[in-house]
Amino acid sequence: MSMHTSITRRLLLAGLGGVGATAITANMPFGHAQAATPVVGFIYVGPRDDFGYNQAHAEGAAAVKKMKAVKVVEEERIPETVQVAKTMESMINLDGAGLLFPTSFGYFNPYILNEAKKYPKVRFEHAGGLWTPKDPKNAGSYFGYIFEGQYINGIIAGYASKSGKLGFVAAKPIPQVLQNINAFTLGARLVNPKATTQVIFTGDWSLPVKEAEATNSMIDQGVDVVTMHVDSPKVVVQTAAKRGAMVCGYHCSQAALAPQSYLTGAEWNWTDLYPKFVTMWMKGETIPNFYRGGFKEGLIKQSPYGPKVSAEARKHADDVKAKLTAQQYVIFKGPLKDNTGKMAVAGGSELIQTNATDEKLESMHFLVDGVLGSLPA
Amino acid sequence: MTSELIAGDAAADDRPAVIPAESVIRRDAIGRAAEAVVIPLGALIVSLLLFGVFVAFAGINPLDLYSAMVLGSFGSWFSVQNTLTLASPLVLTALCTALPAQAGLMVIGGEGAFVIGGLAAIAVGLPLSTAAPPALVQLGMAIAGMAAGGAWIAFAGALRHWRGVNETISTLLLTYIGIAVLNHMVEGVMRDPASLNKPATHALPNADMIGNIPGMDVHMGLIYGLIFCVIAYILFFHTTFGFAARMVGGNPRAARLAGLAVGRIVMIVTTLAGAAGGLAGMVEVAAVQGRASATLAAGYGYTGILVAFIARQNPLAVIPVAILFGGINASGGLLQRRLDLPDASVLVLQGIIFVVILASETLFGRFKIFRPKEN
Amino acid sequence: MADVGIGWWGVPLAVAAGAVRAGTPFLFVSLGELLTEKSGRINLGLEGTLVMGAMSGYGTAYLTGSPWLGVLVAGITGSLFGALHAGLCSLPRVNDIAVGIALMLFGTGLAFYLGKPLIQPQAPTLPALHLGWWSSIAAVRDALKINGLFIVGALLAPAIVWLLRSTRWGMIVRMVGDSADAARAMGYSVDWVRLLATMTGGFLAGIGGSFLSLYYPGSWSEGLSSGQGITAVALVIFARWSPMNCFYASLLFGGAGALGPALQSVGIHSGYYLFNAAPYFLTLFIMVLTSSSEHRLSGAPSELSITR
Repeated sequence: MSMHTSITRRLLLAGLGGVGATAITANMPFGHAQAATPVVGFIYVGPRDDFGYNQAHAEGAAAVKKMKAVKVVEEERIPETVQVAKTMESMINLDGAGLLFPTSFGYFNPYILNEAKKYPKVRFEHAGGLWTPKDPKNAGSYFGYIFEGQYINGIIAGYASKSGKLGFVAAKPIPQVLQNINAFTLGARLVNPKATTQVIFTGDWSLPVKEAEATNSMIDQGVDVVTMHVDSPKVVVQTAAKRGAMVCGYHCSQAALAPQSYLTGAEWNWTDLYPKFVTMWMKGETIPNFYRGGFKEGLIKQSPYGPKVSAEARKHADDVKAKLTAQQYVIFKGPLKDNTGKMAVAGGSELIQTNATDEKLESMHFLVDGVLGSLPA
Repeated sequence: MTSELIAGDAAADDRPAVIPAESVIRRDAIGRAAEAVVIPLGALIVSLLLFGVFVAFAGINPLDLYSAMVLGSFGSWFSVQNTLTLASPLVLTALCTALPAQAGLMVIGGEGAFVIGGLAAIAVGLPLSTAAPPALVQLGMAIAGMAAGGAWIAFAGALRHWRGVNETISTLLLTYIGIAVLNHMVEGVMRDPASLNKPATHALPNADMIGNIPGMDVHMGLIYGLIFCVIAYILFFHTTFGFAARMVGGNPRAARLAGLAVGRIVMIVTTLAGAAGGLAGMVEVAAVQGRASATLAAGYGYTGILVAFIARQNPLAVIPVAILFGGINASGGLLQRRLDLPDASVLVLQGIIFVVILASETLFGRFKIFRPKEN
Repeated sequence: MADVGIGWWGVPLAVAAGAVRAGTPFLFVSLGELLTEKSGRINLGLEGTLVMGAMSGYGTAYLTGSPWLGVLVAGITGSLFGALHAGLCSLPRVNDIAVGIALMLFGTGLAFYLGKPLIQPQAPTLPALHLGWWSSIAAVRDALKINGLFIVGALLAPAIVWLLRSTRWGMIVRMVGDSADAARAMGYSVDWVRLLATMTGGFLAGIGGSFLSLYYPGSWSEGLSSGQGITAVALVIFARWSPMNCFYASLLFGGAGALGPALQSVGIHSGYYLFNAAPYFLTLFIMVLTSSSEHRLSGAPSELSITR
């Protein structure tokens, strides 16, 4: 076959140097015609089948793959170092990608911002970052108010718990995690004002043995419903189920791992958003630079309720969900005290989950009353 | 006693370590140099062939594999710059293993020196940046990074010399401790409250960041690494100190009998090694990330061990080997995207290369062609 | 409150239970490493062996439905890695520490590569023995759910003491570890003895890995091992090459890992990174305390490169 000759030719070209990558790409036996099909790139920080954060994004990418006339390239386990900058450049230069979804928080600053300046014709869409008008116009950030789902989790957990003690296995004390812990606790307290949430920080996004230990020690303390915010909830779900505790999921549905103990879960819904963004991009429409939303915008969804969820709990949760979807409901509404007794959100003020930057919401650094745990100063 | 752990000369249970006279070394120099190039190169080719067989099991045509690797690593000017960028930290972290190896110490704690160096650099750089011009800020950061990294590994050197604590294990433990310290600091006292969802220190102002090599999309950190390699090479192979250090590595007892201050040599060598690792961390902060965060511990220190062994602990050979590994990493993405290989294939390839290169150590001295004058 | 939680008592309980649960992999890997080191060679690659064991054990359990078969396959995989290590090291001029680092990388990479399709599926896990039937406190009952492998490991430690001290095989291994020349003079093949010792060591390390994937935490993922294999190597030095000390030290290291989460569960929150690094501080501290530049560590095999 011509494989051999094409390789020698390529080596030769490489030796000559300075040859544009596109010329070579066209010769690749497994390459693609560059101009014909638009290419969209997805970059994940972990394995894309982790039952968690990365899987949720990969499911969104899979939905884009099903679209006609668009090609998807993916790379997983890309650290938040210069490696991600080089992966973006490689997707742009070697694969001809015109729209990129680098999905890990740490990719945004400095890597995406730098690349956006370097490649003004490429569109960069980042999950979780805070795009501001100072930043390049060809970059944007989107994210879901997934704590609305954790609020629903909390309501369900409040009904399900007999001890009134809930547990939360968390990776790091950062705003996105604290929003979830607080929303979960407030949801539970809506049902049972005496409910408490024990929180344990493991210190990193994926530490299976620590996560299992955290789950076990909380259950030893009488906790009977557990939820989490770590990259891959699999271990927490399995450990809790093994100990006979109930569990609320996160990121994607983990119902399959523990069908009996799984109550419900807060899930991302990238399968709707990504095809929408890709279509806008292909039509030449402008994707909003800053995009946030919850149930209303369809950025998140709730796992179907498990068998242990009572009819009363379902009804209550569905009511609140309907209000959230109609955007008639604010979760962080003052007066709200933190767990040291200080006023965290003053009476009359609200941290509204709308499609705009709410700095207080995005930089949350307190634990509401009812959370057992503390934050580093 | 000090261990005899240089890759080439160690572990032969039955062979007394013999230091040949210097004249013999000189006579054989050319043959040895040729040997030192040909054998590792052969091993590299064997590794690539083995990896080709490996991916063939996954139903992938090895020729597609090789062409994707060439394209991703050296196939275009873009790829070359990509390769050099990824090679840059490895040049320095490899020295962290290679230099102590010259004196018979096996240090595998480059990752620890890297994160501690980066942390110290930003701790010094932030206050300096408000008061001093960029050149001075960078100088201050470099000194801080090298001093912190140097002290980190020198601590292991001191434990080795005065307490007999094995440096391989101690540097490994120090790495875990260093990463814990890094996390503790960036999520505690050094945290920038505005670094919302990714705890990090305050960022270095853009003006104080290390820029690119003129005409290239590769930062100047690469040059720092190259300079460090050349200086280290001259120090170890063309000075009396270097000869003494290598003598300590070859035969510590003889070195002591010759009146060498082994303790002093161990301290200098480990300090230099840690300084290289610390400088790598400083460059990562000042040229790439702009701040210190948990991502400083990205594994450059571990890959550096690999580079050092494949370079057979020679500071000059570290340069091409680091570039080779930069290339492998640069092409890793294409293997995922074009061939649907898992990301771990790069790890498998690195593992195969490492194993085969080590096995090829045994071939040294077996080929008469390289030793025409040996009896 | 008293009827559901056990408050501060939860801390020692969690540490004890964690010592058994998280200590078992340490126990197997360190006993395996001890056997290898007794023959005069160090295998730093047991981290790779552990991860390969975890992956292959999980895969086997998933495919065959038998977790115990998974444990066996994990052991066999481990002994193959041991054979590779021993084979490479028997070549002249090849350094055992370097080969160990290489195999650490290779084993981890290979396990990640082959383990991709195993992240999602759920394999059957190993059953636990319910030794806490007598207690009315749920937490105590649960802490006493102990896996059979732990008991095997606990019995293995004195068995290895006996093996090394009182059997012909054990004496040969120790002789090879203390003086290869003497062993050779008596007509034993040093390489063969080391091959078998390293393979046995790999077998145990592989089982240690399967404990992680098949019992606790009981699933396969790429972050499964946070360095247990390499920590176990340090643990052997910490334990001064005594199998019984390996047993105690494994419990100590396992318990130390459980201390951080347990303290948080009763309200102590600061410095969890430093708590997590406690075993490493401790090992380094003990090494500094007990080593000496004047004489070798007591109990250390004379041929061992790291103590020379």
